[in-house]
Amino acid sequence: MKREFPLMITAAVGLFMILSFFVPHQLVSVPADFLQQSAIVVVAFGYVLGGANALKLNAETVYKRNPGWIYKLILVVALVSTVEIGVAEGPGFLDDGKRSRWIYDQLYSPMAATMFSMLAFYIASAAFRAFRIRTVEAGLLAIAALIVMLGRVPIGDLATSWLPTSLQLPTLQEWIMEVPQNAAKRAILIGAALGVMATGLRVILGIERSYLSGED
Amino acid sequence: MLRFFENLDRRWLFLLMGLLVLLPLLFPLALPLTVSPRVRNFHDAIAKIPDGSTVLMPCDYDPGGIPEMVPMTRTALKQLFDKNCKVVVICLWNGGPGLVDRVVRSVADENHKVDGVDWVNLGFKEGREAVMVVMGQGIANAFPRDYKGRDTRSLPIMKRVRDYSSFPLLVSISSGYPGTKEWVQQVQSRFHLPMVAGVTAVSAPEYYPYLQSGQLLGLLGGMAGAAEYEKIRDEKGTATRGMDAQSMAHVFVAICILLGNWVQWRKRKGGTA
Amino acid sequence: MAVQVSWTKEVPVPQTGPRLGVRLAPFAMLVVLASAHPVLAQGTAAPDTVLADSAAATGDLVPAPPRPPSGLTVKDVTNDAGRALDLTWKRSPDDEPGQTLVTQYRLERAPTPGGPWSVVDSASAGSEGRADQSVERNTEYFYRVTAVGPGGVTPALSVTGPVRATSQWINQTRWSVLILTVLFFGFVLFFISQAQSGKVPFVRRIPGIDAIEEAIGRATEMGRPVLYVPGILDIDEIQTVAGLVILESVARLTAKYETPIVVPVTYPIPFTIAEEMVKSGYLHAGRPEGYDPNSVRFVSPEQFAYTAAVGGIMLRDRPAAHIFMGAFYAESLLLAETGFETGAIQVAGTANVHQLPFFVVACDYTLIGEELYAASAYLSKEPKLVGALKGADFMKITILFLVLIGCILETAHIHVLTNLLQTQ
Repeated sequence: MKREFPLMITAAVGLFMILSFFVPHQLVSVPADFLQQSAIVVVAFGYVLGGANALKLNAETVYKRNPGWIYKLILVVALVSTVEIGVAEGPGFLDDGKRSRWIYDQLYSPMAATMFSMLAFYIASAAFRAFRIRTVEAGLLAIAALIVMLGRVPIGDLATSWLPTSLQLPTLQEWIMEVPQNAAKRAILIGAALGVMATGLRVILGIERSYLSGED
Repeated sequence: MLRFFENLDRRWLFLLMGLLVLLPLLFPLALPLTVSPRVRNFHDAIAKIPDGSTVLMPCDYDPGGIPEMVPMTRTALKQLFDKNCKVVVICLWNGGPGLVDRVVRSVADENHKVDGVDWVNLGFKEGREAVMVVMGQGIANAFPRDYKGRDTRSLPIMKRVRDYSSFPLLVSISSGYPGTKEWVQQVQSRFHLPMVAGVTAVSAPEYYPYLQSGQLLGLLGGMAGAAEYEKIRDEKGTATRGMDAQSMAHVFVAICILLGNWVQWRKRKGGTA
Repeated sequence: MAVQVSWTKEVPVPQTGPRLGVRLAPFAMLVVLASAHPVLAQGTAAPDTVLADSAAATGDLVPAPPRPPSGLTVKDVTNDAGRALDLTWKRSPDDEPGQTLVTQYRLERAPTPGGPWSVVDSASAGSEGRADQSVERNTEYFYRVTAVGPGGVTPALSVTGPVRATSQWINQTRWSVLILTVLFFGFVLFFISQAQSGKVPFVRRIPGIDAIEEAIGRATEMGRPVLYVPGILDIDEIQTVAGLVILESVARLTAKYETPIVVPVTYPIPFTIAEEMVKSGYLHAGRPEGYDPNSVRFVSPEQFAYTAAVGGIMLRDRPAAHIFMGAFYAESLLLAETGFETGAIQVAGTANVHQLPFFVVACDYTLIGEELYAASAYLSKEPKLVGALKGADFMKITILFLVLIGCILETAHIHVLTNLLQTQ
């Protein structure tokens, strides 16, 4: 029953939620709405679980002085102090002048922006190192990539402004994005959506059950 | 020379990229911009809503999306405030509320709009798509308190807001998940709320099918889209200033692709410099 | 069992109150106009004529109250749980673009034609419809709509009702989705039963999945761990489920080869499932004692904090094989490029199309879109899973035919299929 019971709950709730898409009657829609609201509560509580786990694992590493413990110590101190300061400051903890606001503006915000901006550098090195034209398809891809990259910025417009409109980079770029790219994107989206349905169906019907521990 | 490029330390590429981005910001080139139809449609969709309407504006991004998302948010807010529209802002990203509040507040102050009367930031709620669905039953149900902890139902702006039917338009500014795609799937499809979106450049192509089907009325793609939008509105915001840098960066990446393939081609030919 | 009541019967305004008001409406207008006269405007003014008084004091012309809207119809909103009624009306003749005689319309509701009336909503000038979503199911209501302007309010000419909001059992606009869903379920179940009876369908080779064993073998030879990243989203994302399912097969292989595995996870629920998957993998490989509880690590739900942590693992622990399976966003290139610099063999799979180019460029093998969902069936070779794969493929073929036929019909301006497949 240890494995069967969760599978039965999954099947019942999963099929019920599918049914709620087709049946608007209150006997189905009211419990479905309640389940969706409950999902918000469950996800919120998950943060408590995650925070406690992060604290436990990293505190253990610090205590045992395992390799890299100094970084774990910084993590634990940052985690505890951010939570404590935020709780102490209460609602409006991100108002101007508050310590939590300072942490957000001076630490979190610059760090997130910095990590994101590293992408620009990595794209350059990946483009130089790895974008190799070895086949006809790769060549077509490279040409399309160059047209789109240059066509989307003002310099591409400037460089080809002397050409007829239909041959200018922005026009070519627009056509590539609207026609072949769109078609391919739709096809992949449809395939992926069917994959989602198939995986979901397998989980709901208990065909995919490896996420439950124990013997089959 | 071939050997130099074969063994090129990528940090030289990083340095060059850094300079090519920094210098145009310090010494603007003022390259001309052309406005694309998608961006014009975004602007026109907002222009067509009745003056004084209340608009829902989910700002689903965090500090990583500042260069692309903040200019879009600012320009869209200005256009809405110019029409005396009231704006209800939410954020479904846990790292976003502080940034979004600052951006919205600064634009509102510039336009002399009153918090709680002309605009409100309902803040962040965990739950992603579930929040979107619960909002369909009542905005105040999903957000009983706003970002500042005030009772949502007591705010003047929320007196005439019940659910999605209270809005003539949804302006989604998002840099990932949850974001525009989820708003289209959960809200636009179910409640038929007209929608426009501002998204990151890398994810913009994903939304072209929604533009073609009419589910999105307009689309801003990345900083280029934000700069075009600023041009329509006759503003010289950060996106316009950033386009010079982006142009240089794109050209540099194109050169890297060509150079990398030239090196490979020469190697295959067996030539050495 | 569709129970739908749609009433649009306009009833004459009853004898009390409103009817008297209607009869006296022209006279009321005269009174209002007269009260604007500085000599005649004596005594207590009605609230709606305060503006008239102040205007009279300054000698300005007072606008008359706007003429009321007409043609009010109220219908039950179909395909819902009886939560709304749809009101439509013809605008007041005074509601013209550029004019300000009408500022808004008031929607009033009562349980009986005689009242008591309460304002349930308002609509701006120019509106011709509004949904009342504050109704109770199966309760009769009467409605009237009045136009409000600077000159005041003219009572409604008539009342519409009784109308009742009812719930329906089936959403009539979703038949096509229901049929296709049932068809899909049918395909999947049919091919599962076929596979279970021995007719296991052919699955083409997916090089990316074959490369996983190669990557783990390489890590074993080099004596270094395997890094497995199951995406950055929570368990409600199906890609995360697919990534965690593949983790079980990968854990089985690492257990078999006695290679350590490191699994950094973003959210708490995938973290607990990842633990179960790795444990299960070691169990199925017959090496439960080899399971290391610290191999699965909860890091952070914050995208770039997680990316920094995983980058740190790559640069410090130097895993020889990186396997990225799940949902990825901007961090995909950061992870893949950092991984490349360490010299690891990298296999990636995601259905986030906008990140595929980065993985294709920086990784040795990439699973595209649906291949990620097929991986669990491909790795386990379990008949049920392979049968489900074939069912999904048959559905794809069906959609392909529908798209082709639809394109041909639309080109010929025949909209039958498009109309059939429209949904709300």
